[in-house]
Amino acid sequence: MLEYARWKYILVASVLAVAMLFALPNLFGDDFALQIARKDRAPIESAELATIESSLKGAGVAFSSVEVNKGAVTVRFPNNESQLKGRDIVKDEKTGLSKDYVSAMMYASRAPRWIQVIGLRAMPLGLDLRGGLYLLYQVDVNGAVEGLLATYDQDFRRVLTADKIPFSDISTLQVDSDIPNGVRVLLPAGADRAAVRAALKKTQPDLDCRDGVVAEGAAVDCLMTPQQVRERRNFALTSNITTLRNRVNELGVSEPIVQQQGADRITVQLPGVQNSAEVKDILGKVATLEYRLVDPRPIPPTGRAPVGAKIYDRVEAGQVVGRVMLKRDIIVTGNQLVNATATSGQNGPQVDVTLDSAGGDEMLKTTRANLGKPMAVVFIEQRSETTEVDGKPVTRNIKEEKVISVATINGVFSNRFQTTGLTMNEARETALLLRGGALAAPISIANERVIGPQLGAENIEKGVTALVVGMAALFVFMILYYQVFGVVADLVLLANVVLLTALLSMLDVVLSLPGIAGIILTVGMAVDANVLIYERIREELRNGVSPQAAIKAGFEKAFSAILDSNVTTLIAGIVLFIFGTGAIKGFAIVLSLGILTSMFTALMGSRALLTLMFGGKRKVAKLAIG
Amino acid sequence: MATRKVWYTLSAVLMIVSFVSFFTKGLNFAIDFTGGISIEATFPNDAKIDQIRKGVEAAGYHEPQVQSFGSTRDVTIRLKSSGEAPDVLRPKFLAILTAVDPGARITQLEVVGPQVGEELRNSAITSLAVTLVLIALYIILSFHTWRLSLGAIIAVMHDPILVLGVFSVTQTLFDLSVVAAILAVIGYSLNDTVIVFDRIRENFEKNRRLASDQTLDNAINQTLSRTIMTKVVTSIVVVALLLLGGSALRGFSEALLIGIVAGTYSSIYISSAIALSCGLKAEHLFPTVRKDPIDELP
Repeated sequence: MLEYARWKYILVASVLAVAMLFALPNLFGDDFALQIARKDRAPIESAELATIESSLKGAGVAFSSVEVNKGAVTVRFPNNESQLKGRDIVKDEKTGLSKDYVSAMMYASRAPRWIQVIGLRAMPLGLDLRGGLYLLYQVDVNGAVEGLLATYDQDFRRVLTADKIPFSDISTLQVDSDIPNGVRVLLPAGADRAAVRAALKKTQPDLDCRDGVVAEGAAVDCLMTPQQVRERRNFALTSNITTLRNRVNELGVSEPIVQQQGADRITVQLPGVQNSAEVKDILGKVATLEYRLVDPRPIPPTGRAPVGAKIYDRVEAGQVVGRVMLKRDIIVTGNQLVNATATSGQNGPQVDVTLDSAGGDEMLKTTRANLGKPMAVVFIEQRSETTEVDGKPVTRNIKEEKVISVATINGVFSNRFQTTGLTMNEARETALLLRGGALAAPISIANERVIGPQLGAENIEKGVTALVVGMAALFVFMILYYQVFGVVADLVLLANVVLLTALLSMLDVVLSLPGIAGIILTVGMAVDANVLIYERIREELRNGVSPQAAIKAGFEKAFSAILDSNVTTLIAGIVLFIFGTGAIKGFAIVLSLGILTSMFTALMGSRALLTLMFGGKRKVAKLAIG
Repeated sequence: MATRKVWYTLSAVLMIVSFVSFFTKGLNFAIDFTGGISIEATFPNDAKIDQIRKGVEAAGYHEPQVQSFGSTRDVTIRLKSSGEAPDVLRPKFLAILTAVDPGARITQLEVVGPQVGEELRNSAITSLAVTLVLIALYIILSFHTWRLSLGAIIAVMHDPILVLGVFSVTQTLFDLSVVAAILAVIGYSLNDTVIVFDRIRENFEKNRRLASDQTLDNAINQTLSRTIMTKVVTSIVVVALLLLGGSALRGFSEALLIGIVAGTYSSIYISSAIALSCGLKAEHLFPTVRKDPIDELP
């Protein structure tokens, strides 16, 4: 007799129900939209809507709807071009909108409100389906190591001169490494190398210095350990990622992606962006920082700083929280920063800062004279912004300065010190900002791709057409060949697509063209499990087994073959996931997940359905299995 | 099984042709792997390939590859790296193309640095090698005898070599997605071999007295309808992808289709035949004669 446990029915049904819910948002697609908010973060009144609408209309920009949601305005556009035009209108100084409003490009889902309210989202689309800008930055991580060696060089010269130790030259050194990884101090013959080592140790305690062998005179060689070289490279990469991520966020682009790729690259993907020059300007801008003492005088009510002082915005977590007045004299600038890390010390979370020796000397002098007084960190960004004026691009330099940290000087220190009085999150953020500001290594663009929005739309249309036509042909074929069982197989395949789509949406996998190809391929391959089972059932029937027993035997005997054969495709999928990049990784995820969902739907789903149709106590004389 | 010499010869010839072409003509690598500039453009009317090529050459770019793809109105131009940024290239090429046809539009522009290309090439080779090694390991672990393992490994190597051969002979553009397709083919083509071998094991278990070649023939025939069915169905969707998926997926779906056909052939005619040539017998699969379970009862 053919039976199936009740809990398995419930499992199959509930998995499918949840899957349908999660896959649902993908059916609606989304609009190109612009979110407009007030700069002062006040909610936008409906009266203001008219101003925005008339500005857009006046410029002849087509838009499909304007709605107010949580105090911000969402304007939907029929296409990418009008969205970009709309954004320019908000930015344009002539319309007067730029004074009060900021805008961010986004994709507004067309799904009904209730779907969005419960937090269901469609799969984000890759650049090849949506159009946009892809940038691959090459980080000069070896340059970062060289930069550090140059600092050592300077520090050593300074300390040796200060200690009145004669030396002939300092040069870089390359030992057991593919790049220079050390510094050699050349000394006159008979020099006291121990004294030299002691002097060098004072300024760079972490560096391993030994007596070197040279033909003439004497030498002291200081080498970075492979670990130190690795850390330096990694530091250069992560700080650049942080900087790029912060800058990308300022662009107001929807769903930007900034990712590490390999050991020394960063990919930036900006959906919907077409103007690469503007973006590259913003991403390539230079940031630095300065340490200054806080001016103890109260800020004058006029808001104008007295002589020798300057007033800054005090910023916490990206928000302006007040104003602070600092002395004009700069103690140390970001160029002198070597590293900054968030750690947890005796007094709670802290930021460990390391300066080069010149910075250290300056810091020593200042802190000795100003114990117990507050000191501030100023974050300075310089960038060039290109806007269009009368059809011509005009570039102007913009300098933004803000205070990101104020802390009390608790002791005398030089090139190594801690900033305390922060929460762990603040410490981490400050360290990131400090590092980001230091810009540890130069970056250059290694690969750049602009995909037009039309191409994206065409790609998505072709992909979906191929999927629909391929599946339809397959469905017809299965029904012709397996009759009623073909219908069951088709339903199971459909369930498989729904399940796969739901999983991909849940995991927020970015769908690209190879991803769609992966779904199509999965459908083709998922048939395999059904075919294996059906062929087994047919075989059993030919051997004279009763229909119900044949179905049961078919499932049981096909199980090991289905499991075994899927393992190999899964291996290929996982390797692709590990070695692949970008869209290929997406294909690998789809392929691997598709194998799992197809096993579930073929083994459990189709068994549940067939048992429902032919199981129980009813008498089945014949199976319509072709 | 009696005809296996014929199939060996056929496969050997195909392999040799693939290898010769691979080493003499090589592959037509996309800029994914070589680095360079790729521009895709679309025209309102049929694109005049020759005029475009002349225009590009006149602008001082050497050896441009101008091809139509997808339709006669779509053109792809590939160039060696010129060191120019896309922002410089875009207006330059738009001028060249609009001189040929005022309605021309650039749909995609890509610049790949030479170092990136080299790295992608290395990672593609690594992933192919790792997949083959892992799958070989899996085969050795799951088939108990080296005779079946060898058969499966040769069948698995057979398919990607053939795909590479066809891509080399026809000089079809070889990009990153083709590598992905080849990996999928390697995994997928092994499916059939596994299923046939599964059946061989089952048949040996049922009747050990039957001659090995007869047992293998039976296993292949019993799974034949499934093998053909599955491959036909998969081919249906892949053909849909090939015809309707657009130019971006052309190489990918071509590689898949060739791989599927080759995979079907190799798992029917090659993998089991090699195991048989190596002298596969029932006792290789069941090394110790199992006791009758009744004996183990107290």
